[in-house]
Amino acid sequence: MPSSTVLAVLLAMTLLAFVLGRRRSLARSGARFHSLPTYYGSYVAIWCAFPALAVFCLWQLAEPGFIRSQVIASLPAEVLALPEAELGLLYNDIRNLVEGNFVTAEPSEEVVAAAARYESLSRISDLGLALTVLLLGTATLGWAFRRVNPAFRARNRVEKTMQRLLMVASTVAIFTTIGIFFSVLFEAFRFFQQVSPLEFMFGLSWSPQTAIRPDQIGSSGAFGAVPLFAGTLLISGIAMVVAVPVGLMSAIYLSEYANRRVRAVAKPMLEVLAGIPTVVYGYFAALTVGPLLRQFGEGFGLDVSSESALGAGLVMGIMIIPFVSSLSDDVINAVPQELRDGSFGLGATRSETIRKVVLPAALPGIVSSVLLAASRAIGETMIVVMAAGLAANLTANPFEAVTTVTVQIVTLLVGDQEFDSAKTLAAFALGLLLFLTTLLLNIVALGVVRRYREQYE
Amino acid sequence: MSNRRQSVRDRVALGIARRYRRERNFRLLGLAAVLVGLSFLAFFFLTLIGNGYTAFLQTHIRLDVELSASLIDPDGELDPQTIGRANYQGLIQNALRARFPEVASRNELRELFALVSPGAAFELRDSVLGNPDLIGETMDLWLVADDDVDMLIKGHIDRSAEESQRRISDPQLAWIEALEADGRIERQFNHRFFTAGDSRDPEMSGIRSAITGSFLMLLVTLALSFPLGVATAIYLEEFAPKNRWTDLIEVNINNLAAVPSIVFGLLGLALFINLFGLPRSAPLVGGLVLTLMTLPVVIIAGRAALMSVPPSIREAALGVGASKMQMILHHVMPLALPGMLTGTIIGMARALGESAPLLMIGMVAFIVDVPESPLDPATALPVQVYLWADSPERAFVERTSAAILVLLAFLLAMNAAAILLRKRFERNW
Repeated sequence: MPSSTVLAVLLAMTLLAFVLGRRRSLARSGARFHSLPTYYGSYVAIWCAFPALAVFCLWQLAEPGFIRSQVIASLPAEVLALPEAELGLLYNDIRNLVEGNFVTAEPSEEVVAAAARYESLSRISDLGLALTVLLLGTATLGWAFRRVNPAFRARNRVEKTMQRLLMVASTVAIFTTIGIFFSVLFEAFRFFQQVSPLEFMFGLSWSPQTAIRPDQIGSSGAFGAVPLFAGTLLISGIAMVVAVPVGLMSAIYLSEYANRRVRAVAKPMLEVLAGIPTVVYGYFAALTVGPLLRQFGEGFGLDVSSESALGAGLVMGIMIIPFVSSLSDDVINAVPQELRDGSFGLGATRSETIRKVVLPAALPGIVSSVLLAASRAIGETMIVVMAAGLAANLTANPFEAVTTVTVQIVTLLVGDQEFDSAKTLAAFALGLLLFLTTLLLNIVALGVVRRYREQYE
Repeated sequence: MSNRRQSVRDRVALGIARRYRRERNFRLLGLAAVLVGLSFLAFFFLTLIGNGYTAFLQTHIRLDVELSASLIDPDGELDPQTIGRANYQGLIQNALRARFPEVASRNELRELFALVSPGAAFELRDSVLGNPDLIGETMDLWLVADDDVDMLIKGHIDRSAEESQRRISDPQLAWIEALEADGRIERQFNHRFFTAGDSRDPEMSGIRSAITGSFLMLLVTLALSFPLGVATAIYLEEFAPKNRWTDLIEVNINNLAAVPSIVFGLLGLALFINLFGLPRSAPLVGGLVLTLMTLPVVIIAGRAALMSVPPSIREAALGVGASKMQMILHHVMPLALPGMLTGTIIGMARALGESAPLLMIGMVAFIVDVPESPLDPATALPVQVYLWADSPERAFVERTSAAILVLLAFLLAMNAAAILLRKRFERNW
């Protein structure tokens, strides 16, 4: 029986369990039950479904490994002497043979025998799974069904289970963070076994190729990531130079000067900028802004690369304007009106009030919005993948092409990879660095707000 | 004494003009900042629409194609296999030859045949297979033109340029002009753009497979992130004790919302593909990665929605004897649901536009077939934009812009739905 059928039957049994449990509580009309009939139904259904489901999942997890070890153990001794990688290939052949896919060559005798064994094992396993799960489901159903009686507090049990489920759901966020951290850390660790962390952090040359043949020229590759950091900082720096003044001034204008009608139109329009997919910005930077800057530069006799840091940075700056402006807008609006009135009362003009009173009061929030925008800029991928260069130039000239951390991660990981080369693993080391940097920026941003927020009560 | 007072007043009076000037400048600066953002937005949309709208039309060439029975079905048995194998390219070439009988040299013939897209032969085959009665007749057909012809007709290739400077040769230009004079060249609605998968020939390429891939992915994302997000929001807002563990979860959620999307892609690659052995390029994996990305958005929106339900509702429910769970499920949730849905739609819209993590898990493939299940190889609409943006053919520029317009239309629709939902159910307690 395929596993989807087992699940379908289990689902049907669960529904049946609900109906049975509910019926039993309704059938004894004279007795006064503790809970509503639905709760008795749910109680029986939960008991029918959950244990069986747990067994099902465990079985599915354990099955491939168990079959593999059994099949490999049955192979002749001279095959077992093969190295681990070749054994893996052989095992893939066996599985392909069973599934009717293409096989690399004419299958040898032992492969055919092993395939037969694989097939019989998986058939036994499927049958065992179906029997175990369905019998267990029936047993727990019967047990829970017998517990349905007037004094039994089904509601409390069911609600407790639901509450636990809610709690489990809330831990997904934690597991995601742990998952990100360890998956990236683990691969980065393997990278640092091949390349020293010092070279990675302080090396000035980045050319991540690994040799196909050991005697190749330039086979060693260089993994000095400083040019990538410099490129990332250059592009995000340009972006911040665009986004911070424009974003801050728009927030000030919209919250302090603009009348309600202008505000109602302009604020959502600016926020549209944040909703545009980054790949669209990338397309725009690569096909419109890049060539435009190049032409512009030629007019002034400057040699602007069509993948210049300036083009990517400008477009990225436009993209993060709304991050700066809407967060700043919130904190500016949170400054109490009394402070402004006091300043006006002393004869200050509106702009003096803003610069001397409102902005200092809103400063922690503004700083935090700038930090969050910076973390966006550093982690932004599509714009730079499409509009920035691939070559790692160590330069501060915004007219030249530079590359960034995210561009390199994408270049190293798109396409076929082998998971033991330093080249692929380098992407994870870069990813770890990126994760830690943005995490730090976020924590500092939240900390600034928490620490320096003015309380006006 | 009075002298000094006079001078202070003078100084203040003198300063007033300067201060007002500054005030005006500051205000103008603010206005300029807003205008910079808005004018970029306008420039952006005008460029996109200007580049993209032509992709919705496609140049076609009308030819009299003789579906000769001797070439298509020599045995007269109407066997689909024989019909399917016939040389339709040859039929179209015969039609071109019949229209321009003066063309004789091999090189010239090759140039002549290049006017019609190679894909036209496949479409002809499919229509003959669908209706074998056509065999033996001479059909007056609109065939898809090659992308270079299309670009010429749309004015992206300059007819007056040097021959070596354009992708259309002088004889080709003469033939096209002859066909135009006959009224045999026309721009028709480009239905292939919506019904075809990707293709190496720009004129045959479409976004159907990318849209299906995106749709399957969003389905997975929605099915996982909505229940998980709502459950987490309920737990944190209603049940969680105030302790370190709860704090940790909250800090985590806020941080995840700000982790760069490409890092989620790395997680997907290392965890789902390498460790769990899920297939590369599958919408299932894409959906899982996007779920982890959108979860914080859904959770934060869900909590805000729960928080906005007034305590009087809760107290009333508890007062008539509901348990805490009953109060939440029967009374608080229905009121908070519109807010939660709004947050979910906005999260989905963000997931739809995301492409960086999908590059990591191999969803950058050349996908011709429309994926049928979440386990088939697929690509997504934004990734298709990325792939086309890299293609050298001029015709892909307008197709990229058109694909972006379609993507933006979807995003607009989703955001509009969210706003409507909010407006419709927003309540002031």
